Amino acid sequence: MIRDAAPATSEETASPRLMRPVEGRLFAGVAQGAATQLGLDPVVLRLAFVLLTVLDGIGAVAYAALWMFTPRELYEGREPARDWSQLAAYGAIGLALLALGWLTGASSGGIGAWPIAVGGIGSLILWQQADPDRRQRWMSTTVGQVRQNRVRTFVGLGLVVVGAIGFLAATNELGNARPGIMFTLVVVGGVGLIAAPWLAAMWKELQKERRERIRQEERAEFAAHVHDSVLHTLTLIQRNAHDSREVMRLARSQERELRNWLYQPKQDADASVAAAVRRVAAEEEDAHGVPIEVVCVGDCPLTPELSAMMQAARQAMVNAAKYSGSPVVSVYAEAEPEEVTVFVRDRGVGFDMKDVPEDRMGIRQSIIGRMERHGGSARVRTEPGEGTEVMLTMKLEKV
Amino acid sequence: MTVSAVRVLIVDDHRLFRSGVRAELGDSVEVIGEAEDVDSAVKAIAELQPDVVLLDVHMPGGGGQEVLRRVLGSGSPVRFLALSVSDAAEDVIGVIRGGARGYVTKTISGRELTDAIRRVAEGDAVFSPRLAGFVLDAFASSEAPPIDPELDSLTQREREVLRLIARGYAYKEIAKELFISVKTVETHVSSVLRKLQLSNRHELSRWATARRLV
Repeated sequence: MIRDAAPATSEETASPRLMRPVEGRLFAGVAQGAATQLGLDPVVLRLAFVLLTVLDGIGAVAYAALWMFTPRELYEGREPARDWSQLAAYGAIGLALLALGWLTGASSGGIGAWPIAVGGIGSLILWQQADPDRRQRWMSTTVGQVRQNRVRTFVGLGLVVVGAIGFLAATNELGNARPGIMFTLVVVGGVGLIAAPWLAAMWKELQKERRERIRQEERAEFAAHVHDSVLHTLTLIQRNAHDSREVMRLARSQERELRNWLYQPKQDADASVAAAVRRVAAEEEDAHGVPIEVVCVGDCPLTPELSAMMQAARQAMVNAAKYSGSPVVSVYAEAEPEEVTVFVRDRGVGFDMKDVPEDRMGIRQSIIGRMERHGGSARVRTEPGEGTEVMLTMKLEKV
Repeated sequence: MTVSAVRVLIVDDHRLFRSGVRAELGDSVEVIGEAEDVDSAVKAIAELQPDVVLLDVHMPGGGGQEVLRRVLGSGSPVRFLALSVSDAAEDVIGVIRGGARGYVTKTISGRELTDAIRRVAEGDAVFSPRLAGFVLDAFASSEAPPIDPELDSLTQREREVLRLIARGYAYKEIAKELFISVKTVETHVSSVLRKLQLSNRHELSRWATARRLV
């Protein structure tokens, strides 16, 4: 039945960060943590670390790197003791493997592969440490941009590669340059991977700061406005507390001003009917201290005829506020494609049209006469004790 | 009238306003409780089962719309009359579409408010001049053809009734003006309320948003 517009709050399920648990750790908790993250048995990872260490030392480096970059899981209470026997077992396995490798001469000890391995593992860790959403955003923006310029990027890359190969082939140095190129590519890739999350983080920080500054500026503007208007009026009200009429006028006028500021689109009172009606009503309300409630439907540009109509409406409001004794005046303005109508109604004493002297300028000249001179019409409906309603109609010329 | 008093719950986050309303309401209305935020309102409504809830549009914790969602969502027969200082069309149209049976501004006199509460308790709709203006405005701006002609546009008579409300006429005066009974006026207003709540016209919400644009 009832439309439900409540937005579903999307709970972001971030993947758990790599942590070093205290419980169940053997040495520093690296293998245990990584195993939880990867969904593996820690034994597998521990064996892998041992094996890699024995083969060419990479396991130890990786372990150390992970140890450094992985935060320790918070643990309350006394830390459980390590299982030293298990640790000894892994040590023994490692020693045995080392001996085996040394005896058979199978261990390569490829020291040349170390920098690449270290760089790669370091990059991966840094990458892992970045927030998942940041990473994703970074990926999506980069990928998006690349996609946008995909053709250009591919053509450009192709040209560069072909050009470089062509140059090297021409100078017969293709064979010599190959390892250098490979190494450069790896280094550049590694640097990119390391720097990207930090750059993204910095960019995010900057954005946050900017938002914060905008918010503060808005706040300052808001405070300034409240100070100039509301606080000022409240002071005036305190000073005029004895004069209930004045207090009422001040409160109404401030309320109107605040409402306009909060809710009404900025309108030029010289340009639109609705804005003009509101302004006229506001001015007369201030002048006479009687609340004038305005309801506007539709809007249209203010022509000279409609300006005249506004003056007639103003006179009707003045009459209602000044003479009717009504506690409130209702104004309704409707702008339709063919015509504009304005109703000014009070619930005051009313009067008999016949009793109004011929020379009374208010109704006959300022309202009826003015409307007719400009091609509109005015009707006054009133009876003693029944209040008064002035109805103004102005036909719009078809453009 | 010897009918039993309408049991009313006042929901507003301003204590001063609650006590003011309490003091102003006539004898035919009995205030059985007050609530100052969304949670306490939902709880009080479930416990006290009032006939009518006077609901402030702006409140901490989601405002009147949230109360409407939670109470009416659970199938409660409680009727709501929205009461607000807000002039923002999106707030007004929002609470009406959320299920409130009327909207009046806080400047309303005690007598008129009592009257409005009684009317809502009897299942009628209550439109203030301002709400009538909003509705006319919302349904007038129709460049696109209506999707459901029955729901998406107002009849000539409904338009006339709304216009008179916007001009500050009481239902009795409208009835006299249009040569119809007060009951018929109420029927027309209820029908407009139904259209307002059920119409899928995207203009309704778009219009309300556009109004907010400064």
